Amino acid sequence: MTAEPRRPPGPLTRKDFLARLTIAVSALGAAVIGVPFVGFLLAPFFERQPQAWRAVGRVESFQIGTTVKVSFIDASPLPWAGVVARTAAWLRRETQDSFIAFSVNCTHFGCPVRWLPTAALFMCPCHGGVYYGDGTVAAGPPPKPLPQYPVRVRNGLVEIRTSPIPISP
Amino acid sequence: MSPLRRVWRWADDRLGISDVIWPVLTHLAPRDARWYYVFGTATLTTFMLQVITGIALALSYIPSTAEAYDTLQFITHQAPFGHMAQTFLMGSYKYPREMNWITGVLLFAVTVAMAFTGQLLRWDQTAVWSILVSAEIAARIPIVGPSLARFLLAGDTWGGQTLSRFFSFHVFWIPALIFAFVGAHVWLVLRHGISEPPKAGQPVDPRTYRAWYHATIRREGVPFFPDAAWRDAVFGAGLVIVVAALAVLVGAPELGQQPDPSLLASSPRPDWYLLWTFSLFALLPPSWENTFIIVGPAFAAIVLFLIPLWNRGERSPARRPWAVASVIAICLTVGTLWIAGITSPWSPDFAARPLPPTVVGTAGGPVELGARLFYDKGCEYCHAIAGYGGLRGPDLTTVGDRLTPAEMTWRILNGGANMPAFAGNLTPDQVDALIAFLKSRTAR
Repeated sequence: MTAEPRRPPGPLTRKDFLARLTIAVSALGAAVIGVPFVGFLLAPFFERQPQAWRAVGRVESFQIGTTVKVSFIDASPLPWAGVVARTAAWLRRETQDSFIAFSVNCTHFGCPVRWLPTAALFMCPCHGGVYYGDGTVAAGPPPKPLPQYPVRVRNGLVEIRTSPIPISP
Repeated sequence: MSPLRRVWRWADDRLGISDVIWPVLTHLAPRDARWYYVFGTATLTTFMLQVITGIALALSYIPSTAEAYDTLQFITHQAPFGHMAQTFLMGSYKYPREMNWITGVLLFAVTVAMAFTGQLLRWDQTAVWSILVSAEIAARIPIVGPSLARFLLAGDTWGGQTLSRFFSFHVFWIPALIFAFVGAHVWLVLRHGISEPPKAGQPVDPRTYRAWYHATIRREGVPFFPDAAWRDAVFGAGLVIVVAALAVLVGAPELGQQPDPSLLASSPRPDWYLLWTFSLFALLPPSWENTFIIVGPAFAAIVLFLIPLWNRGERSPARRPWAVASVIAICLTVGTLWIAGITSPWSPDFAARPLPPTVVGTAGGPVELGARLFYDKGCEYCHAIAGYGGLRGPDLTTVGDRLTPAEMTWRILNGGANMPAFAGNLTPDQVDALIAFLKSRTAR
């Protein structure tokens, strides 16, 4: 390839026009395919899924003062999600008709905290985070208390409202 | 001429095979490029192994046992790092091979991305928790963090869409990048020639280097094939045999439990190549974490991309003490964190069992009751006694010699920097029993 000597500025020649046309229609074609393509790739950035209330059991099946694991189905699971559509929460019946539902995800980096009933502590298996029974940080690196899911009682059923992970309190 | 040969002649003429391939194969390589030059092709070999085994795996992929999977990965990810460290130490990234280095850095990045997305495709319990942990780490980045977390999970939380997208990334997107970068990298090696072994006292000067290299290689160079290539072939074949042997003898790691996020008895750990980051986040002071999540990777990327700015001067490691020192420092740091990650003493020991009677030393009374409380109240998850229990807190085997009952009571009730306060969870009688037990923990 030899570089052509630069021509002085003048009226648009046929050659110039065809060169620009080639670039312009190629760019147009690329954009027609590319915009939806990139949009599809980035869709999770923009989609907002509606949340839902999920029943996790009858009120009388929970003992006052005990904390148990409950699991429920995500807000809008895909048909092939299988077991991955499930999410867990630590549910405690505080009084006759008040419940509290903690996220199972450590606020450090999301590992699943375990409830130790006799010690009355939540412990994280990853970096040693520990929480008291009320979800406040007892020890280790977690920066925030365990977040809570909204929970309500409807028609004798305990319902938890799904939330995006990580839950921002 | 035999008919077969005539067919070949015809095909070769019309397709131009010899015209293109032969000059590439026989390009001149430095005469003294010996065994330590095989790592580039070794890396290429492991990439090709990945491609071939990956294609084979794809034939049967409905997330299930992946044969030879991690054995392969171990070698495949070791190779790029080794090759990169060697290139850096030998100063092969200097003029005019700056873009060789940059494409190499990009290859390294996509290799890690490949391993990460592949880990998820195992679709077991560790896989789903790893992706969640990554999303939570990403979520710490200011402003864009939460969106980035959504992008990784492909939604509000994990689900079918997470697996579909990671499958697409792992099988189409990242391999496409790898092929592109490998192509560019190999093309640049051919364009600039294989760098000659560095000699101390022979600095690179961009004004004269090219002319000097071409003159030298024309005078002293040897054709790559077969004068240099035989070593690559021998080493590469050895590597393939080792991988195959490991796949047969060691096999793939067991798949974990099913990826049910509501099963919480899980202790997520990243795969071996990222285990050191697991240690890092356990050992960093929590107040540094957010800064580190942003600054750490950004700093690493900037440094790696800017290295070719120092594109002149000495290439020999003997004259570049800082280069050697930084590679040693990185290896030591990552190695230490890696070893720490294997034991992870900062994690509670959920496998802890009540202390056996031989350790407790008595079958009744407050000491025995205290020993039971030591387990029930979770003490043993973090404190070891006579080898039973976690490593998170101080070993209490001989705590009776070290602390007075008053000191112990104060610590139990108020907690410490990394210990919960138990004031609200113990009756006075229980505290007494616990203290009786701990007081009995003495050396004799």
